Amino acid sequence: MNPRRKQRLLVVSLVGALVMGAVGLMLFALTDSIDLFYTPTQIVDGREGVKPQVGQRLRIGGMVVPGSVNRDSESLAVSFDLVDTGPAITVRYQGILPDLFREGQGIVATGTLLAGNVIEAHEVLAKHDEEYMPPELAEQMKGIKHVKPANNGG
Amino acid sequence: MWKWLHPYAKPERAYQLCNTLLPWFALPAVVCLVVGTIWGLAYAPQDYQQGDSFRIIYIHVPSAMLSMSTYVAMAIAALVGMVWQWRTAYMAMIAMAPVGAVMTFIALLTGAAWGKPMWGAWWVWDARLTSELILLFLYFGVIALYTAFEDKQQAGKAAGVMALVGVVNIPIIHYSVEWWNTLHQGSTITKFDKPSIATEMLWPLLLNIFGFALFIALVTTMRLKNEIIRREMHRPWVQMLVKQKETNDAV
Repeated sequence: MNPRRKQRLLVVSLVGALVMGAVGLMLFALTDSIDLFYTPTQIVDGREGVKPQVGQRLRIGGMVVPGSVNRDSESLAVSFDLVDTGPAITVRYQGILPDLFREGQGIVATGTLLAGNVIEAHEVLAKHDEEYMPPELAEQMKGIKHVKPANNGG
Repeated sequence: MWKWLHPYAKPERAYQLCNTLLPWFALPAVVCLVVGTIWGLAYAPQDYQQGDSFRIIYIHVPSAMLSMSTYVAMAIAALVGMVWQWRTAYMAMIAMAPVGAVMTFIALLTGAAWGKPMWGAWWVWDARLTSELILLFLYFGVIALYTAFEDKQQAGKAAGVMALVGVVNIPIIHYSVEWWNTLHQGSTITKFDKPSIATEMLWPLLLNIFGFALFIALVTTMRLKNEIIRREMHRPWVQMLVKQKETNDAV
């Protein structure tokens, strides 16, 4: 490589490295705002020492605790518990749940934090994992019985 | 080591190379896309959780992956143009930009169509979705900068800087699902572990990824040919080419 090209390459890589560094630091500083949701543990114990306040609007993401789903027989109201690795948070919601909502499923809910670790949600989204497999295999590996989605006209 | 590449910096040689490569991209692209898509949409088994809805993966994942790869390729072209001062490199860069933008758009669109039935939302401002949207804007930026200049040599330089700076977004898109809490799930195949997808679902996906890549290569080569001709319009070799074509058509 002749010296002029070498110099240009050096300048370009230097500028590139600087931009990378700047963006990296920025994203690191913004981690809290970029995270889509709080985990239940973060709501109870706080994230980086900051606990969400009662009345704060937030998103929570966690697994639905099996056996914790309570549906009201008169209305669309439903309540369930979410956990990650620590304590559970109760979510109350009124509306239609996504198709993928089931016990053990990852859920992201948007709502207001009430006293006593309860969240009044106005939106519930289902989070699915990155595993794809046919129903027979899932039954073998995980013991999950496939529930066919209701798209067969019935 | 790379000396053999230098002749291709000449637009004429680059044009000939494009002509040689075109058929090698065209046929395999069509075969891969047709086989992969039909296999994926009609014959691959249903997913245990998502049923038939998961099949949009066969469009969504290839377009999303290749929107990123195309960007990297575009940035490499910009780098070559900047350091070695090849005009053809800038032409290749601008040939790729709209193709990549369309891939990004397809990824966002199919992602939204997949998100609605599965997650329950068309759009969520999580890190993965937002960074992919920024990628679309980066493509728009490169195209807009290039078209804003009358002098195309100047335009290539300006758009090249934009393309190079935007590379920083690529690792952010890829690792967004690991670095932050997102609604989007983690990587299925682009990781060091075994892919977390059953083999009979994986094969059509790989075929389609390959087909999308070839298709992008095909469209890029065609656009590059046009770009070379447009920029070299007044050169003798292009006028020779035109004359040759005219005599061929007359016969």
